Amino acid sequence: QAAWSSEGFGSHWVRSVSVDLNNDASLVIDIPDALCERDKVKFTVHTKTTLSSFQKPEFSVPRQHEEFIWLHDTIVETEEYAGLIIPPAPPKPDFEGPREKMHKLGEGESSMTKEEYAKMKQELEAEYLAVFKKTVQVHEVFLQRFSSHPIFRKDRNFQIFLEYDQDLSVRRKNAKEMFGGFFKNMVKSADEVLISGVKEVDEFFEQEKTFLLDYSSKIKDATAKAEKMTRSHKNVADDYNHISGALNSTAADNNTAFKKHLEKYAEVFEKLRKLEDRVASDQELKLTELLRYYTRDIQAAKDLLYRRARALADNENSNKALDKARLKGKDIAQAEENQKQCLQKFDKLSESGKKELTSFKARRVVAFRKNLIEMTELEIKHAKVRRLKCCVYHYMFTRQCSGSHGKPGNLREF
Amino acid sequence: MSGSCGRIPPPFPDNEDQEAESDTRVLDSDEDDDDDDEGEDIFTGARSNPITPTSAPDEGDIFSEEGSYIRSDVHHATNGLHSDEEELDLFTEATVELTLTNTTSQGRREITGPTASACNTTQVPNSILKPSIVTKTTEELEEEESGDQFELNIAVTNPEKIGDGMNAYMSYKVSTQTTLPMFLNKTFSVRRRFSDFLGLYEKISAKHSLLGCIIPPPPQKSVVGMTKVKVGKEDSSSAEFVEKRRAALERYLQRVVAHPSLLQDPDVREFLERDELLRAVNTQTLSGPGLLKMINRASDAVNKMTIKMNESDNWFESKLQEVENEEQLLRRLHAAVDSLVNHRKELCSNTAVFSKSVAMLGSVEENSALSRALSQLAEVEDKMEQLHQQQAFNDFFILAELLADYIRLLGAVRCCFEQRMKVWQRLQEAQSTLQKKREAEAKLLWANKPEKLQQAKDDINEVKLSTANDKHNTWESKVSQYERDFERVTCTVRKEVLRFEKEKARDFKQHIVKYLESLLHTQHRLVKCWEAFLPEAKAIA
Repeated sequence: QAAWSSEGFGSHWVRSVSVDLNNDASLVIDIPDALCERDKVKFTVHTKTTLSSFQKPEFSVPRQHEEFIWLHDTIVETEEYAGLIIPPAPPKPDFEGPREKMHKLGEGESSMTKEEYAKMKQELEAEYLAVFKKTVQVHEVFLQRFSSHPIFRKDRNFQIFLEYDQDLSVRRKNAKEMFGGFFKNMVKSADEVLISGVKEVDEFFEQEKTFLLDYSSKIKDATAKAEKMTRSHKNVADDYNHISGALNSTAADNNTAFKKHLEKYAEVFEKLRKLEDRVASDQELKLTELLRYYTRDIQAAKDLLYRRARALADNENSNKALDKARLKGKDIAQAEENQKQCLQKFDKLSESGKKELTSFKARRVVAFRKNLIEMTELEIKHAKVRRLKCCVYHYMFTRQCSGSHGKPGNLREF
Repeated sequence: MSGSCGRIPPPFPDNEDQEAESDTRVLDSDEDDDDDDEGEDIFTGARSNPITPTSAPDEGDIFSEEGSYIRSDVHHATNGLHSDEEELDLFTEATVELTLTNTTSQGRREITGPTASACNTTQVPNSILKPSIVTKTTEELEEEESGDQFELNIAVTNPEKIGDGMNAYMSYKVSTQTTLPMFLNKTFSVRRRFSDFLGLYEKISAKHSLLGCIIPPPPQKSVVGMTKVKVGKEDSSSAEFVEKRRAALERYLQRVVAHPSLLQDPDVREFLERDELLRAVNTQTLSGPGLLKMINRASDAVNKMTIKMNESDNWFESKLQEVENEEQLLRRLHAAVDSLVNHRKELCSNTAVFSKSVAMLGSVEENSALSRALSQLAEVEDKMEQLHQQQAFNDFFILAELLADYIRLLGAVRCCFEQRMKVWQRLQEAQSTLQKKREAEAKLLWANKPEKLQQAKDDINEVKLSTANDKHNTWESKVSQYERDFERVTCTVRKEVLRFEKEKARDFKQHIVKYLESLLHTQHRLVKCWEAFLPEAKAIA
């Protein structure tokens, strides 16, 4: 159980993945604080608003992850939002990784020196913190997507989520029961609906369908591979840590000159570790997290297509029903009404969907651009720092060689 | 080449410790922030001492030219006359110049033994940095009383498979370049096979280990590795094995000739010079596990000794303990470095896989600028994969092999101590025999039996069977001989250990320096890769 405050995270942690959020001062949301107790994370959702629909101009409520999920599911199930891309639900806070490592560290405590143990503990705490920061960011962005959307920001449930200072658990239970099953059904048949191909009348949506299906699988794959790559970086950093630890672990009473050398080398490896770690976490944040986020967002876009495809199917069915009714001469008025509604719904979905998907494209491109640039700049910076440090250490070590010949005769190999 | 070639920055006079401190302090100051200006502080710190340039000593040292680029540029940087940006550019320049030296030194590679060109047919990356014996021997000799300038470079190159099937073997070219008068030529080369090296070890060991010398152990035999080569498997793992073996043989020879008394040994000379060597037989005992067993038996023997040595000072006891501790440390380090190598290899393959995935993503991306950027990213990641592979190679050959070598060398040091024990034991036995005979004589004196007394006296002065080495033939002279032997061995072991420690410190430093160089090189390439990508990322619209 530890409490980390997210104060002073710095702007680079926030809003790096999605852009153009929180630009409108009339409704500003952030998560300035969060508490981690055992398995539960309590986020402090802070709202500042000039909108009259809210009771106060500024207020905060504590929320848990499940309540965010409630909000998401509620919005998904709201009929009128069928034509919008619903911001994807934030993933559950997952401290399993660092927790397991901490457990392993505790078991292996006896086999390492005090310094090494302390260092590894420090590192794990940093890892915890990183996971923590990320989950705060992801929950924050989720809310900001709503607040910056002209339609969502007016949603009554969204308002309740922000304002209601009691636990939403009562509603949560109902929501889970009600929506859980429905949602599952949707996802299951989603691909079939799309792929089985109700005949698409609109060129735009036909293209979108092809694109999104293909892109979705590829970005999922890229995310998984990026995660593996980042993990390897972390492993290399860990190894540097072990090397550094071993170099520092010579017996306390051993005062040889060699030992002093080893301690100096330990320093080098410690620096290398820090740099490797930074590369890994920056890559994780800028690249892996970007891919992860858009994997979810692409899924949300696909969901929009599914709903429209459903509406299209409904529309076709209603047409058929109307024809049948006319043939039979029964219930024509009802069938006509039904058909009118289905058509309306479908048209509304298509119009809204087109707008949403178009702005989604733009958003995606901007986000990729921003993150790729930032990632590249960070990589360059880190590589330059590493290069510099290697240079300096190299200089230090070669200068201290015995005699006046401290030249490294091996540079010719370059 | 630029005019700065050949100039070497001098050591800072008397301020070594202070310098080191200021550098470290400054290096520590840039801890957790990502400021861009963290680089220059290092030079602010180092500027505290004036730098006086000296001209490079012209030594006929073939590596002197190429060795000092980066140093002279760093030298410039510390003058404090340049802006921060320029400092970074100088490094870029420095490392660019470093790349240039590679091509110009090609011509020299023949003599020094190209490791890269020989292995061009294999998958193994070319940038292995060979240990240079020059720095070792010249520095070493500066410390020796004799002060004779000599030079000897050895390279093991051009592994060639001779024959086919299970009788096949690898033949290596051993090239020597020297100014030493005891050799017939200045440059010469011979071909040797692995068992020849083992045979050399056997000969050296037989002669010198009794004197208390630390004999460098030969590289280990590997049935699995060799079988793959014999069978003709042309994959990267067998290429790696051959390269590993070649490098190990080279290091082995370099260590042998770095030892002043071993260098004088005619067997060593013959090994280097003679065209055809008699095939060494019975090298089974000297294979990896066999040798290790021998070493371990040695240390067991030392531990089991019932009569503890009465040391006048416990230098030997504490030194042996030190050696054992150090061996443990190196084993631990080796395990950690091994892990590093493996994880780096994993990183390498994960990066390759990721690269492909990004390429696929780019191919379906509908925005053309983003699509192009993603394919460029895939290419960058591809280059990263190569860099990671190279780094894994360096991790292994520079760090892991160094540690493995020294774990075995420390074993050899333990053997050396054991030798001294054996000599001491022999002395003890002789002394106790002499003692017994003297007691017997005294008893007889007391018992007053003159005939037996004479016999006892004769006993002490008994004529022993003389061997070729046994010049003295009485127990008394034997004891005094063994006493002298023991003192000599003690003195030799002491000297050897000190020499070894100096060499070890130097070796480690050299390798860390090399490792830093390899990292430097990699990081430089990294910077270039990402800098080339940045405009692509910015071009996304």
